[in-house]
Amino acid sequence: MNELPILSILLILPVIGILLLTFISSNSESDGNLKQTALWVSFLNFIISLVVLFNFNQVDPNFQFVEKYYWLGDTISYHVGVDGISILFVVLTTFLVPICILASYNNIKFSIKEYLIAFLALETFMIGVFISMDLILFYLFFEGGLIPMFLIIGIWGGERRIYSTFKFFLYTLAGSVFMLLAVIFMYWEVGTSSIPILLQYEFSYDAQIILWLAFFASFVVKIPMWPFHTWLPDAHVEAPTAGSVILAGVLLKLAGYGFIRFSITMFPDASHYFAPMIYALSIIAIIFTSLIALVQEDMKKLIAYSSVAHMGFVTLGIFTFTIQGIEGAIIQMISHGIVSAALFLCVGVVYDRMHTREIERYGGLVNRMPLYSFSFMIFILASLGLPGTSGFVGEFLVLLSIFSVNTYFAVFATMGVVLAATYSLWLYRKIIFGQLIKDDLKDILDLSSREIVIFAPLILLTILIGIYPIPVLEIIEPSSQLTLEIINGKMD
Amino acid sequence: MGVFTIILPEIFLFLSSTLLLVVGLFYKRVNIINLLTFSILILAAVLVFYQPSSFGFNNSFVNDEFSKTIKMLILIGSASTLLMFSPSRRKINIDIYEFPILISFASLGMMVMVSSNDLLSMFIGLELQSLSLYVLASLNRNSLQSSESGIKYFILGALSSGLLLFGISYIYGFTGNTNFNLISATYDKNSLGLLIGIVFVCSGLAFKISAVPFHMWTPDVYQGAPTPVTGFFALAPKIAAVAIFLRFLYSSFGETAADWQQIIIFLSIASMIFAAFAAIAQSNIKRLMAYSSIGHVGYILIGMACFNFEGVQSLIIYLILYLVMNLSVFSFILMMKRKDEYCENINDLSGLYKHNPFYAILIALSMFSLAGIPPLAGFFGKFYIFMSAIKSDFYLLAVVGIVASVVSAFYYLRIVKIIYFDEPSEKFDEFNSSSLNLLFFISSGIVILFFVYPSPILNMGNYAAKTFF
Repeated sequence: MNELPILSILLILPVIGILLLTFISSNSESDGNLKQTALWVSFLNFIISLVVLFNFNQVDPNFQFVEKYYWLGDTISYHVGVDGISILFVVLTTFLVPICILASYNNIKFSIKEYLIAFLALETFMIGVFISMDLILFYLFFEGGLIPMFLIIGIWGGERRIYSTFKFFLYTLAGSVFMLLAVIFMYWEVGTSSIPILLQYEFSYDAQIILWLAFFASFVVKIPMWPFHTWLPDAHVEAPTAGSVILAGVLLKLAGYGFIRFSITMFPDASHYFAPMIYALSIIAIIFTSLIALVQEDMKKLIAYSSVAHMGFVTLGIFTFTIQGIEGAIIQMISHGIVSAALFLCVGVVYDRMHTREIERYGGLVNRMPLYSFSFMIFILASLGLPGTSGFVGEFLVLLSIFSVNTYFAVFATMGVVLAATYSLWLYRKIIFGQLIKDDLKDILDLSSREIVIFAPLILLTILIGIYPIPVLEIIEPSSQLTLEIINGKMD
Repeated sequence: MGVFTIILPEIFLFLSSTLLLVVGLFYKRVNIINLLTFSILILAAVLVFYQPSSFGFNNSFVNDEFSKTIKMLILIGSASTLLMFSPSRRKINIDIYEFPILISFASLGMMVMVSSNDLLSMFIGLELQSLSLYVLASLNRNSLQSSESGIKYFILGALSSGLLLFGISYIYGFTGNTNFNLISATYDKNSLGLLIGIVFVCSGLAFKISAVPFHMWTPDVYQGAPTPVTGFFALAPKIAAVAIFLRFLYSSFGETAADWQQIIIFLSIASMIFAAFAAIAQSNIKRLMAYSSIGHVGYILIGMACFNFEGVQSLIIYLILYLVMNLSVFSFILMMKRKDEYCENINDLSGLYKHNPFYAILIALSMFSLAGIPPLAGFFGKFYIFMSAIKSDFYLLAVVGIVASVVSAFYYLRIVKIIYFDEPSEKFDEFNSSSLNLLFFISSGIVILFFVYPSPILNMGNYAAKTFF
């Protein structure tokens, strides 16, 4: 547009970081340099994304900071921009990556250079997904993120890492390829893959059904919804802490973003047609996975299942086609991005000290780790949706919207909130409260200053969004409104 | 004289290779001969580049955008084979000066084949190519495997040539012509005999491109042949055979595409599915690449089946990217040595990432690219193929192709897994061959950075596709 190509800078900066890293030799003395470089690069990227956020015109519902360059022929171009729906996800990504790098300072014991390179590459791909204004470009970033994530889980993961990473990769790939065919079909139908044009285009009813299913195949695996969620617990359990953080924090949101941007807006008739199915699947996900979470023995698995349940609220909200539903879904995703990321970090903290994630092995940590117990409590409460935390805002808006559509579904969804409280508080009680009787826990240390630096911004954001969500909602509102107008315009 | 200018590159290649053959008799410095042949091939590519588009020899020989593009690809592939040959020749007992000359004759045969507009010149080119290839496959005389692969290739190749000739005789019998354009002009839609002819010619050509169910020779020949020869097989002959297959169908039977499209669609689906599953159990990397090439042929055939501008364009793009990806993999296979012995088992790759992280990431990305994961080059090859399939309403082909690509991702990922996740084994010898390194870095560089600046290769596709539509 007029000034700096700031979104491209956002996209390219991690790549420059990768180049810098390749020129630093990887021996034990330079490990510190590697970490510092990666941390500062990602932090700088966060600052740049904040610049974007503050220069963002909240009243304008359309894409901003648009850049367009020639890429694959005249009709497929490098076309990027952000609007109210995507900008927060970009900031969420750039916010979480430095935290991930900081969290990996001590627990990645080998090949730290490759690890950091993979993370920065992943950051580029994730930002790319959210800022793409061209479907082919979107697909490129959406799929490309699989490569670094495959390596992160596979190289630095736990015992069953190979099984998990293959499952993760092949599941997601199998879902996504159908989206590719749909994208190509849309390209020939409309003559372009530019998202703003496609958003306005009205597909025939039959085409919508097929295209919707193809996109659904991709997003249902990625978000993930029951019954396609089984890769997620495996991937979470085996991934290193930071890998889980980024997986829960951002990668799951790619699909939620895709549902809002593509599925409901481009195929409104099909979305309405399939909405009852989505409701049913979401309700099953919320209740069923919450019940599964209740019987987990592994902390990470429990949080992974709770993620599936939380994502159930997101899909529920999106497919109500109400402003509260969509806004609630976005807030729920942002909040879940922060809270579940934080919960995985909490697990990482004790895992680094005790090298086990079994819930039974802990108990009474509050006696030795007051700071840790405090932070953990905030996030557990946010996760179960206590008013005053970010989790409440999203869940409340979604419940409000689903209530206006169907009372029964609302009742079931509310039951999920109760179940969430059950397993979350159970987990917290088991780990934190009680007598400190286990011998190996007797000299466990509280949060280090590095960990405090990690948790402080997360706590701050959780509470801030919880008690004063207006600024966030103001950013989301115009674009969500526009989305709904497009949908309603097509439905008439 | 004027008529000869249109085959100037061919004449040049023929005369200079013959000259080198004579020189080689007296002056047995293999690396010098190799270098000279390399420069001849490059010169021939330059000559091809400046050739005007024209017909000649009673319309049996044609120079157009399509044949020029393909010829340059072939010459690049052949020249790269010579780069692979020079560092490995002593070790695998093929240190003879005939090797580069045979490659050059094979390229000559392929060039004639690609430019032919007549069944007979096509056959002559095909045979010149095949005879050189039979010798190349069995070049390592002391190795049982190499001899076996040469014999196998020869017998099955001769059989396929027989099928081809049989088909040609049918086509000639029912149309009275051997020229592609004349066949097209005198084509009788209801003639069953012609259809039989088409089927036989298609079978013969399917042998040459190793499409399922005519693929049986591929794994054995790929595994048995000396590695530079295997690399050559995967690159040039396949490209040439695909090109002539396409020209034969498009020029002579363009009017009745529906007849032969079924054949191509069947070959394509069978190749994609078969290769995706058969490659999973392979442990020898050359054998694995054989199955991988069968799978890629399946995708290339999708482009051929489409019979429109997008189809040819995507096919050319795919061929170029296929060439590049195979170059990267084969130049790496030739660097896999332990204690001066070549390793071919894919498990030997374990630990590469500990010892040579830079090579490890490049080869892993080449594998991801072969699997068609964006943003690497292989994705764009598949992307354009599927573009053309959807454009032509071949939804079944597209869906089968996409499912097969997910299955085949598994075996490419297995190599990545061995490189990165498995217990490291011994270190490879130093990768100090400069020609292999050059080849490896250039080709994997293209694989990784293609998406940044795709226009040149896309334009080549456009340029070549203009010939037919």
